[in-house]
Amino acid sequence: MPACACPLPVYLVGMDTNGERGYNLETGEGLMACPRCDALHIEEELIAGETARCIRCGTVLANPRGGAFLQLIALAFTTMVLMVGAMFFPFLEISRMGFGNATSLFGVALSFADGVLLPLVLAVLLMIVGLPVLRSFLLLYTLVPLAQGRPARRHAATAFRLSEHLRPWSMAEIFVIGTSVALVKVAGLASVHLGPAFWAFCALIFVNIASRGFMCQTTIWDAIEDSGVKTDGREMAETPKPGIST
Amino acid sequence: MNGETSNNHDARPVLTAHRAGLIGCHSCGRVWPTDHARCERCGETLTPPDRRRLQFVWAWLAAGIITYIPANVFPMMSTQTFAGLQGSSEATILEGVVELIHHGSYDIAAIVFVASVVVPIAKFVAISWLALVAGRPATVEQAHVRLKVYEVVEFIGRWSMIDVFVVAILSALVQLGFVASIHPGPAAVSFALSVAFTMLSAQSFDPRLIWRGLPLRSRSDGKDVQETRAE
Repeated sequence: MPACACPLPVYLVGMDTNGERGYNLETGEGLMACPRCDALHIEEELIAGETARCIRCGTVLANPRGGAFLQLIALAFTTMVLMVGAMFFPFLEISRMGFGNATSLFGVALSFADGVLLPLVLAVLLMIVGLPVLRSFLLLYTLVPLAQGRPARRHAATAFRLSEHLRPWSMAEIFVIGTSVALVKVAGLASVHLGPAFWAFCALIFVNIASRGFMCQTTIWDAIEDSGVKTDGREMAETPKPGIST
Repeated sequence: MNGETSNNHDARPVLTAHRAGLIGCHSCGRVWPTDHARCERCGETLTPPDRRRLQFVWAWLAAGIITYIPANVFPMMSTQTFAGLQGSSEATILEGVVELIHHGSYDIAAIVFVASVVVPIAKFVAISWLALVAGRPATVEQAHVRLKVYEVVEFIGRWSMIDVFVVAILSALVQLGFVASIHPGPAAVSFALSVAFTMLSAQSFDPRLIWRGLPLRSRSDGKDVQETRAE
């Protein structure tokens, strides 16, 4: 990333496209601090496809993608639909000597409803189903008005911040690995078949990865902040300039 | 490209928000004067990079270590076959791994062993080390190593939950009445708590502290070392 030889040891985020935005060292306007190492950067508009990295520690500060808001909205809907399937379709089917058992995650929750381990089951369900759904909902709440060019809803900032805070706690992909370990453990005991809900979870991993690729927090924060005025169309940028992307 | 640029700029002093008399929001990156208590853009509480905040790290870490002890002592789950006639077995985390090795599934045994023994203990060590050295004088290289360690700890923490999910799936699935049934043991809960507490501990560590101890002017870091080597 380019570093300007300005008198202050402050470095640019990304390319200088218009150079109009000033910064103010008193109020912090137009500046951005790296969340990892606190290095100050001057905010500049990025073209879709560019990546801005911290000058010191290399943390990605912003990487806007063209049409990212619509993609994120579509992926959030996909997550919700897949979760309904993952919740109510059979997850695994097991049988041995005529005794069979097919469980959906919903069934699991019900079967533990009176047990001592109810808190554990609730926590597990929350991590694998509740949080992904909640995060999708929060993302839709934040992004739908922004993508339509309308001002952000009240509490959009809180919703998006909450959604980002909950990210490490939504563990659908770890659950899938856990399932494969469980399959091996139970293989000697009985025969097991995978149900549709398992494949829904596998699909969710890929949806999650795609969503992460389109997600640029800095762009969304800027859009929320600017939404009172009118979004500057950064997230809708049509043609990424070749050669600049990192 | 990234490695190249970071090497180029390593040796130069970098103006941080803290040195400029400002506070950067660790949630959205917006910069505010120090009299702001909350970020006006995202609503997050603004916290200056301060070693005193490390007590949160230590507190959660202590909770994580304490709950990790019963997680290893008590059984993770108990298996009953033929209503206990063919024997019922209780297995702790390590016994579960040994059992998997006896079954011949070495790869799965390795996954479970790494996820529920190696990773938690490595995390305890890594977080304690980070919290001890945070804010102490460091060269740029050391700071980069510490940030790398922090990012690995932050990324890998959630994966320890695998064993909890395995127990939850097995105990929900294997309910074949007379033939076989699996019940979760007390260790499952305490292990889940241990993982959650360590995740909170890692989250409350402020990576900006890693960079606080860097010298203001580059004397003996990055570039100079490389130059002397070249000579």
